[in-house]
Amino acid sequence: MTRRYDATLQVDRRDFLMLGAGAFLSVVASWRRRTQQPDSLPGTGPSGRLWDPARAGRPLPPVTAADNDAAIQAIEKQLHCTCGCNLDVYTCRTTDFTCTVSPAMHQRVLALAQQGQSGRQILDQFVREHGIAILMAPPKRGFNLAGYFTPSLLIVAAGVALTLVLRRWVRAAAPAAGPTPVGAAGATPEEFARLRRELERLPS
Amino acid sequence: MTVLGNLALWLALLVGVWGALAGFVGGRQARPDLAHSARRAVFAMCGALLVAVFALEWALFQHDFNVEYVAAYTSRNLPIFYTWSALYAGQKGSLLFWATVLSVFGSLALVLTPRRHAELLPTVAGVVALVASFFISVMLFGHANPFQRLPYTPLDGSGLNPQLQNPGMVFHPPMLYLGYISITIPFAFAIAALLAKRLDADWLVAIRKWTLLSWLFLSIGICLGMWWAYVELGWGGYWAWDPVENASLLPWLTMTAFLHSVMVQEKRGMLRKWNLALIIGSWLLSIFGTFITRSGVISSVHSFTQSSVGYFFLAFLVVAAAASFTLYAIRLPLLTAETQLESMVSREASFLFNNLLLIGIAFSVLWGTLFPILSELVQGTKVTVGPPFFNQVNVPLGLALLALTGIGPLIAWRRASLPNLQRQFAVPATAGGFTLLVLLVGGMRDLYALLAIALGGFVAATIVQEFARGARARHRQYGEAYPLALARLLGRNRRRYGGYIVHTGIVILFVAFAGMAFKTETEATLRPGESASLRSPYGHTYTFTHLGISQYDALNRQITAATVEVRRNGKPIGFLTPEKRQHVDGLGRPTFQPSTEPAIMSMLREDLYGVLGGTVDGTEQAVFRFTINPLVWWVWYGGMVVALGGLIVMWPGGSPAARRAQAGYTVRLVGEKP
Repeated sequence: MTRRYDATLQVDRRDFLMLGAGAFLSVVASWRRRTQQPDSLPGTGPSGRLWDPARAGRPLPPVTAADNDAAIQAIEKQLHCTCGCNLDVYTCRTTDFTCTVSPAMHQRVLALAQQGQSGRQILDQFVREHGIAILMAPPKRGFNLAGYFTPSLLIVAAGVALTLVLRRWVRAAAPAAGPTPVGAAGATPEEFARLRRELERLPS
Repeated sequence: MTVLGNLALWLALLVGVWGALAGFVGGRQARPDLAHSARRAVFAMCGALLVAVFALEWALFQHDFNVEYVAAYTSRNLPIFYTWSALYAGQKGSLLFWATVLSVFGSLALVLTPRRHAELLPTVAGVVALVASFFISVMLFGHANPFQRLPYTPLDGSGLNPQLQNPGMVFHPPMLYLGYISITIPFAFAIAALLAKRLDADWLVAIRKWTLLSWLFLSIGICLGMWWAYVELGWGGYWAWDPVENASLLPWLTMTAFLHSVMVQEKRGMLRKWNLALIIGSWLLSIFGTFITRSGVISSVHSFTQSSVGYFFLAFLVVAAAASFTLYAIRLPLLTAETQLESMVSREASFLFNNLLLIGIAFSVLWGTLFPILSELVQGTKVTVGPPFFNQVNVPLGLALLALTGIGPLIAWRRASLPNLQRQFAVPATAGGFTLLVLLVGGMRDLYALLAIALGGFVAATIVQEFARGARARHRQYGEAYPLALARLLGRNRRRYGGYIVHTGIVILFVAFAGMAFKTETEATLRPGESASLRSPYGHTYTFTHLGISQYDALNRQITAATVEVRRNGKPIGFLTPEKRQHVDGLGRPTFQPSTEPAIMSMLREDLYGVLGGTVDGTEQAVFRFTINPLVWWVWYGGMVVALGGLIVMWPGGSPAARRAQAGYTVRLVGEKP
């Protein structure tokens, strides 16, 4: 195949046939790819395999009975996943399936449980290994008690103070207001009583 | 266009600084020329910032990947919907968005505020210009310029985080921003009133709509955020007490407190100091929320990339707090109450306790959010403060607040007599007690859920009683048919009855939150044709049958979708199709790790929530998590009712009598002279 001065191609028969065959094969190959791409109907994929497993994320191991164990889940809901997600281990491992930290922590919980350790002991073991920040909430001791009780105590204290202030205001307002100017409108006390009853029947 | 954007930012900064100076000096010296100049400076700043936004959007839509921001948050195949929202998807763009919206709100406030408040407007312009100038300065001097160029031009951008490619994320951040930003207007009026020593109820009238608008935007923003977290993140919940979520809740709580306590000032001339403090505090909390989101000081999944911007916000927060509260302290002697409390059993007192609880909850949330830092300072150990902590501390407070939501409207202004209280409480208390009894007989034993639903019954009965009495009074007085009486009752006194509709939404939300106590879930590995079962709290058995997995391309992603048939007690009710999505750029290259897209079947009583975890060894055998979330639909419905109530309260108009009642101190006792 040679290029002539007028930019046209001079092609002999062999080249032409080879080019044609190449083009045909590439079209067939691309057509085959396109027809394969959308997979089969649900449940009828070739040998039950996915067309492109990489699109479905990393492969996961099958769920075991221990994964659904309520006691294990309860422990994992008290442990903080350290991948940076701010979730507990159970929520992270059943939500962010790209995380490799929470599945590893889950395996560690299972291993400790299989050694016969109780939930408390497993949590203590994690605290020994990772520090107190591994717990989703700080334990109720020492300075952490301030964390739990400061808001409630302050609200109670503020409530007491508010009640005292309000009582003082009420006492201060009583003499200042003086007696209700009954009769100022030219009505009898009975009429006022009736009016008050009527007003109380109305929505406040 | 980036040159234009940069020029616009510099121009906005210059006129902003001038506007701040002219506004404060003009307000202080009562100079009309400076006042006019400050007003025009805010308009000019608004125009310049709108040009900057246009320039950035142009770069985004033109795929100008030489602009660092465009390359970082978009790609050629990103849908247009999300290309637009990339404006506020990143740190730099969101700062521009913030400054622009603030300048728009500032301009609107200057145009729409009635002339009788003209004395306050120069300072309002000054505050708006100052705050907006700060945001522009952060962009220009804090390495956060959205128009910064790269030394090379990538073929395609990195694309938008898949979790942000959800309609909820198109609307949720702007709504929250609008809420945060619009608080600046009431704050500006508060500072103006303090500087001008005009501390009567008049400035409150000027900010009433703005405070409601802020509160409404925050409410909608928070609800949209919950919805986004639920439908997108895949963990099956909607609130995780994340620091950034907490930061959005803080100003909402203080604004809610203000919306209640301001009624006491308007009707009784009390709580003037308190209301000013609440407005200043709300604004500072909105800046605090911005600081939390942008500093990286507390780890959060919502945070922007850690950067030096946090220091700017911390410094601004400290200076602004010091300046505001110093001014406040200087003006305290002028803030005495005009009238005094007459009885402990009065609506004023109940509003005070409602405020105590709202501020208490805000403090508790703030305390929990900052406790990891405090613990590190005191103990040298960082702790994690997650949902168990917040639920333990805040749920009882929330329930007490729900109780007060019902008690407040039942107590009369000024003083309530015993017969009045008996008559007011009889029906709601009976309704609450009856609800509790029914739940106990029905076998419910979760204490908090019991209390939430029973108190919900009490509050709902209070609201129904208020509407019924009002409609009956109109029916008797004007002979109107009951539906017409009800409609006119709402139309003539939108603030009061719109407020009751907000309370209805809050009741629905609390009951829906209680439903999550009965959440059930299971994990299962299923081959096509295999099933997993889950029993709902209502006694139904749901069967999930895995039919198979399909893979196909759509827009900018490659999808792996499982089809799961759902049966309730053996009867087919539909399909769930949870997905794994691999996002790709315009060249077909994967941009992020595969993300999870849950499938949700929403029903009135419960949601069925399916998540495709992944597959086993590349086969159609798949790992699923199925969850039954009771009453979740009602969270969204409650949010909509809250927003509807807020809109009714805000809607202009109402009867002249109602407007007069809201503006002055019209609560008088029998025989008392006006």
